Amino acid sequence: MKIAQKTIKFLLIAAITFFSTVGFASESDKKHDDQNDGGRVNTKEEVEAYILHHIKDSHDFSFWSYTSDEGERKHVGFPLPVIIWSSEGLVTFMSSEFHHNDDGHVIVEKNGLKFAKIHSKIYELEKGATTVSFDETHHATNAHKLLDFSITKSVVGILLIGFLLLFWFSRLAKQYKTKQVPTGFARVLEPLVLYVRDEIARPNIGEKHYRRFTGYLLTVFFFIWVLNLSGLTPLGFNVTGQLAVTGCLAIFTLVIYTVSGNKDYWMHMIWMPGVPVLIRPVLAIIELAGALIIKPFSLLVRLFANISAGHIVVMSLIAIMFTLKESLGVVGATGLSLVLSFFITLIEVLVAFLQAYIFTMLSALFIGMAVADHSEAH
Amino acid sequence: MVTYNLIGAGLIVIGAGIGLGQIGGKAMEGIARQPEATGKIQTAMIIIAALLEGLAFGALFLGK
Amino acid sequence: METLLNDFSPGLFVVSTILLLALIALMVKFAWKPILNSLEERESGIENALAAAENARKEMQNLQADNAKLVKEARAERDAMMKDARDVRDNMIAEAKEDAKEVTTKLIENAQASIQQEKQAALAEIKKNVAELSIGIAESVIKKELSNKNDQLELVEGLLKDVTLN
Repeated sequence: MKIAQKTIKFLLIAAITFFSTVGFASESDKKHDDQNDGGRVNTKEEVEAYILHHIKDSHDFSFWSYTSDEGERKHVGFPLPVIIWSSEGLVTFMSSEFHHNDDGHVIVEKNGLKFAKIHSKIYELEKGATTVSFDETHHATNAHKLLDFSITKSVVGILLIGFLLLFWFSRLAKQYKTKQVPTGFARVLEPLVLYVRDEIARPNIGEKHYRRFTGYLLTVFFFIWVLNLSGLTPLGFNVTGQLAVTGCLAIFTLVIYTVSGNKDYWMHMIWMPGVPVLIRPVLAIIELAGALIIKPFSLLVRLFANISAGHIVVMSLIAIMFTLKESLGVVGATGLSLVLSFFITLIEVLVAFLQAYIFTMLSALFIGMAVADHSEAH
Repeated sequence: MVTYNLIGAGLIVIGAGIGLGQIGGKAMEGIARQPEATGKIQTAMIIIAALLEGLAFGALFLGK
Repeated sequence: METLLNDFSPGLFVVSTILLLALIALMVKFAWKPILNSLEERESGIENALAAAENARKEMQNLQADNAKLVKEARAERDAMMKDARDVRDNMIAEAKEDAKEVTTKLIENAQASIQQEKQAALAEIKKNVAELSIGIAESVIKKELSNKNDQLELVEGLLKDVTLN
């Protein structure tokens, strides 16, 4: 009975998703030939442009696009709201007004201001300009970037995964009220929570302090892991491949270990005991740079680079289908691409976990260094 | 300019590759010597590999 | 570096910071705190249960040891009691035997004594009877013999002869 209910629920959700997607599929626009939003992907340059476009954040949630028989580009997906802080204040409109244009040819006028989207970034045109003009290196000359608080695809990803995590783990928390051992999906989550607590937080931070930081570490671990994995699904989130998101996570860790650092930690950082006085300032500079810049920078770049590189590799291998069509034939290229991308995707599943683990582990390590009692050492 | 960057990237990858190889090889030796310490060695190996990787990526992106 | 900075979106940074702070706060409040508390409770519960089981086991062992001791003591006591009883019985038997022996010997002695007495009495009677009889016989013999003189003389002579011989 329960299974039947679940099946019905699942089918309902699937049907709603499908029909709403189809409902949005009516959007279409004439494609400019020089547009690099990932319309046609046949040549090497188009593949590269497509991949680079995918790696970036996007203002609309598109599943796929195709060219209809009439030569029109059809996009399947949702438009997302654009919220920007322009020179005239807050401006909001739906991203569908750009008609999937990504090279500044479509100008949206709001509140007397003109906006264009170039490479997934929204630009505000200078007063008086009607079209975006570019210099030789394809930089806009008469438009400038804005503070863009839009609900982009990454924000949707964060929200989605955030709600998912909240739902899963609050249900796990509720289960403990009635029983000792959780059942169902929560039973899968429990050992993961225990793993993070016992293998990451406890050994790296120490028995005395680990409780304070376990909540943060758990959140970060599951957030990164689930987002990494969702990036491998056809939804194609690249949230953990956005510098802004990884930077935000790294800065959280930085703030936590800077704020919770004890006297010993700062002592060792600023005025290292046990070394000649002359060397101490030099060491202080190195230590400060290490703690405040290098550690968070390595955290943010590692996650960003690994996930972005993973996406690029997977997509490049899929693109073998097109790029090697001439030399290997359709079947050969497709088969090669299928086999390679399959195995790389498997590796990426591992990397998804590994990166979440390493980020959490290093955060725990840094926090542990900041709160450790140095009294027994030195 | 692009070529220099590519050479730099190549050098970084060579360096990182040697480093990772060292880490992995030594970890394997350690595990072979003391199989009961496998867990600890693996954790330490992953941390050091991650640090090295961060360095390599940082250099790659700085040069890009 | 330039591309990195170009890719970096300050707006997304602000939005994700707000969302992540909210997520961490909500997760800590609604998920991690209760989960970790329950887990710790459960772990301490398990530890306590294990400790209790260990204690119970030890107590059980102690009890068993006590039981064994008690059984041993009881057995020893029983053995002692049985030994005592056996001794008492043996003593009683021995005493009884002794008494009986004494009684029988006394009885036998008495009997022998009385038999002796009877025998003496009987012998004395017999002697008396024999003496009386012989005296009577002698009287009658002598009465008859001493009716003539010669015979008397002869007797005296014979008696005298005997005397000299003694």
